[in-house]
Amino acid sequence: MRYIVTSVKTFAWICLLAPLAGCVLNALLYRVARGRAAGVIGTLFLFVSFAAAIAAFFSLQDLGAEERHVRAIAWDLANTVGVDAQLGLLVDPLSVFMALVVSGVSALIHLYSVAYMDSDRGYSRFFSYLNFFVFSMLLLVLAGNFLLLIVGWAFVGAASYLLISFWYRRETATKAGIKAFVINVLGDVGLVLGTFFIFRHTGSLDFLNTFGQAGEVFSRNDGDLVAGLVLLLLGAFAKSAQVPLHTWLPDAMEGPTPVSALIHAATMVTAGVYLIARMWPLFELAPAAAAVGAIIGTVTLFIAATIALTQTDLKRVIAYSTMSQIGYMVLAVSSGAYVAGLFHLMTHALFKALLFMAAGSVIAAMAGVQNLDRMGGFRRAMPFTFGCFVVGGLALAGVPPFSGFFSKDEILAYVAAREDWHVVLAVVGYVAAFLTAVYTFRMIFRAFLGEPVEEARELEAGHLHHVDVHTNPVSGEVEDTDVGFPGADHHIAEREMPMKVAMALLAVGAAVAGFLQIPDVTEVVHDFLEPTFAGSVYFEDLHPSGGLTALGLIVGTVLALGGIALAHLIWVRRPGTAERIRERMVPLYRLSLNKWYFDELIDLVVVRPARHLGGVAQSVVERVIIDGGVTGGASGAVRAGSAAVRAVQTGFLRYYVALIVIGLVVVAAYFLLQS
Amino acid sequence: MSIGWYLAISALVFCIGAGGVLTRRNPLVILLCLELMLNAANLALVAFSRMHGNGDGQIFAIIVMVVAACEVTVGLGVIVAMFRRRLPIDVDELRALQG
Repeated sequence: MRYIVTSVKTFAWICLLAPLAGCVLNALLYRVARGRAAGVIGTLFLFVSFAAAIAAFFSLQDLGAEERHVRAIAWDLANTVGVDAQLGLLVDPLSVFMALVVSGVSALIHLYSVAYMDSDRGYSRFFSYLNFFVFSMLLLVLAGNFLLLIVGWAFVGAASYLLISFWYRRETATKAGIKAFVINVLGDVGLVLGTFFIFRHTGSLDFLNTFGQAGEVFSRNDGDLVAGLVLLLLGAFAKSAQVPLHTWLPDAMEGPTPVSALIHAATMVTAGVYLIARMWPLFELAPAAAAVGAIIGTVTLFIAATIALTQTDLKRVIAYSTMSQIGYMVLAVSSGAYVAGLFHLMTHALFKALLFMAAGSVIAAMAGVQNLDRMGGFRRAMPFTFGCFVVGGLALAGVPPFSGFFSKDEILAYVAAREDWHVVLAVVGYVAAFLTAVYTFRMIFRAFLGEPVEEARELEAGHLHHVDVHTNPVSGEVEDTDVGFPGADHHIAEREMPMKVAMALLAVGAAVAGFLQIPDVTEVVHDFLEPTFAGSVYFEDLHPSGGLTALGLIVGTVLALGGIALAHLIWVRRPGTAERIRERMVPLYRLSLNKWYFDELIDLVVVRPARHLGGVAQSVVERVIIDGGVTGGASGAVRAGSAAVRAVQTGFLRYYVALIVIGLVVVAAYFLLQS
Repeated sequence: MSIGWYLAISALVFCIGAGGVLTRRNPLVILLCLELMLNAANLALVAFSRMHGNGDGQIFAIIVMVVAACEVTVGLGVIVAMFRRRLPIDVDELRALQG
């Protein structure tokens, strides 16, 4: 018994620290590492981490269900006056589940990057950052208390910033990095304040202690608890790109494609989902806060799906689909469908990473161009990429028996089973599922079917398209690649073994992962996560009826296939339909194309007032009050006083002597008069 | 003889010294005048010592002499330094301390 607990702890620490070791090693060896050495080091450490996660998983399964909450505490950081900050991990089924997803998908994305980033001058830097990101993410999911959670949360934001602005000569990339960082810091502040609201009452930072006494400390819908949880949700929304804090995610596509696959699809953006699932004992005590999460999740999944319909940048379409899918997860975990949400998190990590990798391969074949309008007919030139893209697309659209089908329909069935107003959310979810199928296959049909573009024909002839002058995919400006990035050469999956292996493994996962949890047949994920959610009202009692499940599965299938058929009709069978629809519905098209004007809205509501306030502060507060009143007044008084005192200092020695004598006389006179 | 005479002489010498310090411009003379003031104080101390019939005042007088010797040493050193650097030997000209 004891030794199993010890091995669980050991494996958890190895899983966490291996990526950190890779990060440090890559950072130190950047002068020495030649060729693909840095990539190999980074990938190896990630596989070590993944292996440790698997080992931790099996060790944990050896423990009894009641004992699957292992605290791995290295030491106390502070243990005074009611603060119990420890450097401690919590290893339970939820954290191991997350660690498996994070380290597994990350390992494959590292493998992919080994080839994809090959000709980039920042190769070592890239892998160092990427390893650092995985370390931060594992710290976030394995943290055993609020303190480490916040640390991991902030580290992840920093890693995201570093990787978005990886090509720091690109102005658009640095701006996108700053935007992501600022919005993420807003979420960090929410997380810290929310933690404080909860800590004030429970007096413990440790998760298990907090959850253990939450029921006694807080009454149902306690004001402080709801406030604290809404602040935590603010953190979750910023990190998981939920409305209205989502505008950084599409811009984050400025980073290299593996970064988009890893951070902005598979792992970091799901941190908010993990947070809500982790805090389930608190959210069940505060249904008001949970309702906020469910509604925002639904709004996000719908808005993002409508935006994805009209975007022309390949990566941005996938980014909006990520936003939409995370909306589903947030809806699920906020509605009590924890397992469904986490299951979708896992399948989404697989198929979305796959889609990004396939998109990266297409972008490489286009020599860096990301515009869908310029793509077409890559099916014969890139059969492998096409196959992977279709598998990912089918999983995303929710076509049986691919993974996304089971996970998404489970979410919607559970949400519908909540009844009341949750049914409305489920209906919106189904509408968005239809849109998902349409936009996913719009992307596939436009990039792979139709008349082959010049690049595709060139590739069919056996030559990978190459440009001498790189241009920014967003602004179209000519890029300065003197510093060696973005790399001069491009790498496609058809020609690079590491990319092929990574994509093939993910494609298998995306195709079959759904079988882990088929309604009424298998319950693998549910059973595994049971110890974490033991005692939850929804976990135990919320089950969609057999009829509802069957209805959901049928509706899901019909919607997915219908969406694909519609996309086929619009973009393949009758080209030009899209233009006709666009002309009929100009306002809707504009709304979607301009991303519901969220950037403009935030600019109007936040940025401009802040800038105006700053201007006023500078011209009035700074100039008049600070310079004029405070510092001006003080320095004026000192200057006047010193001018008066300075006049006394004539420099005449006798004058000083006279003053001394006069002083003596006055003192003497005083004593004489006294006596 | 009453103590008053001694004190009167002491006060007179002190005032002469103080007046010299205040009015003369030659640092050498100012130093001499300072000596006058110190010795006026010595005279008063010795007189009081006699009046009280113990040696405390005498001891103080000797200490004042030591201090005076030190002061003269430093003062003369400064004056010699001024002379060597060809500065004016006139305290009204030396007013670098002016604020």
